[in-house]
Amino acid sequence: MADALLEVRNIETHYGIITAIRGVSLDVREGSIVTVLGANGAGKTTVLKTICGVMDPEKGTVKFEGQEIQKQTPDKIVHMGIAHVPEGREVFPYLTVKENLEMGAYTRRDRDGVARDLERAYGYFPVLKERRDQEAAQLSGGEQQMLAISRALMARPKLLLLDEPSLGLSPLLVNEIFTIIKRVNDEEGTTILLVEQNANMALKTGDYGYVLEAGRIVMEDSCQRLREKDDIKEFYLGVRDTGVRGERRWKRKKLWR
Amino acid sequence: MEGLQQFAQQVVSGTAIGCVYALVALGFVLIYKATEVVNFAQGELMMIGAFLAYTLIVIFGFNFWIGAAIAIVFTALFGAGVERVVMRPMVGQPVFAIIMVTIGLGFLARSIVSMIPGWGVDTYSIETPFYGKVVEVGGLVLSQDHMAVIVLTMALVAVLYLFFRYTRLGVAMQATSQNQLAAYYMGIPVKTVFSMIWGISAGVAAFAGLLLAPIAFVHVNMGFLGIRAFPAAVLGGFGSIPGAIVGGLIIGIVEALAGFYLPEGFKDVAPYVILLIVLIVKPEGLFGTTTRKKV
Repeated sequence: MADALLEVRNIETHYGIITAIRGVSLDVREGSIVTVLGANGAGKTTVLKTICGVMDPEKGTVKFEGQEIQKQTPDKIVHMGIAHVPEGREVFPYLTVKENLEMGAYTRRDRDGVARDLERAYGYFPVLKERRDQEAAQLSGGEQQMLAISRALMARPKLLLLDEPSLGLSPLLVNEIFTIIKRVNDEEGTTILLVEQNANMALKTGDYGYVLEAGRIVMEDSCQRLREKDDIKEFYLGVRDTGVRGERRWKRKKLWR
Repeated sequence: MEGLQQFAQQVVSGTAIGCVYALVALGFVLIYKATEVVNFAQGELMMIGAFLAYTLIVIFGFNFWIGAAIAIVFTALFGAGVERVVMRPMVGQPVFAIIMVTIGLGFLARSIVSMIPGWGVDTYSIETPFYGKVVEVGGLVLSQDHMAVIVLTMALVAVLYLFFRYTRLGVAMQATSQNQLAAYYMGIPVKTVFSMIWGISAGVAAFAGLLLAPIAFVHVNMGFLGIRAFPAAVLGGFGSIPGAIVGGLIIGIVEALAGFYLPEGFKDVAPYVILLIVLIVKPEGLFGTTTRKKV
């Protein structure tokens, strides 16, 4: 894919002596929703942290709009148009909802545009408007997730990195959040890189998917085709495969091991 | 009646010195909240600010206000420089090591200042526009120096409050101290923010040094006042700005009253007695909470 907005090539990132991801490559085409699936500890968050510049890769390159960004500081990368919704929400607990949103627009200088985007955020999540003068710590988990997403959108990113938006939310809220994610992608054309454990939601929302295991990409395909694969069904979607004798075949192994 | 007047007068002069404690304590708290480092060289920053002001005003004959402003700005720049050159490379090192570095910086500042010709180990005074004047309020004779200290401190605190509450940069500083990682994600230049916070702290310390100069004197060891401002910060609940100010005022007033009414020596002990009592009754300090973290 030559026209990819984000091109990640063979990145390798370490926490001290522990290698979290090795040789990860992925492409995110402009206007698409790309999802990275993987279990706990597979390295999904590390991939995002490497892209947004909080961690520097040992090897490999990250190209955004054709420019190498793997050595840039996070504030430069935000300025270039990549915003990050971190895992576990990470709102500013003692700032008000409105101040949190304004911090999302920290790198912007166009006041009018920021004011418009503030209204847009309230449009997506009306509950945030109701609570705009409350401290973020007083919001429920779901509301904090909405705040974290809106805060990232305030930067008017070209690419939105979403780290486990469904974490710790009720199925109803998960649905609502994913509906909004889809809407942002449809209406604004914002490209989205979504990292999820909730494979069902992720594969329904995404266009293209990668499967990450133990720090490596083990499978990639369009989300539609991924949904049909037996391995994905069994290990990520929890669809049980019953054999001819009507029992579960316990010895089945993942294809890629 | 006379007893009451004396009491009131002690309270006013205690408040004045308490304001200085409060400002130094504020410097501790600002740096601690943002960077989780306790800067034990805070008193020395104050001393450097006072010496700069002395040099400009007394030696070079600048107008008091202009000299004061330049001294504050230069001390702030110096503080930001210390962060950039000395503290930033220490990020990631054990807290113990970082605190030792700040103590070392204090020693270094004292020895260098004592070697500079014209500064040295002598005692100097800066003549302020208020020097020796008094105001009488209802039979109370108050020195204008003391009143000026109180008024200027209130003004500075108000300015800082407005800055942190309403400006973009101020809110970004709060955000950085609340969640450093998220601040990175927002594109806030966290390292620059740290330098600026050190700068603000140093500027506030220089301001405190200028206020102290007419009450006490400019001397190489005036930074030891930081040792009294530290319990003020703890008293208020380390990490709370209103706490630092109230703590400073309490320590100042208690000291003044103890010095006047109690036998010799109690003046130096009294603040710590109060500190102990508060910590026994309310271990998190007057304004501190165990979970909250707010600028």
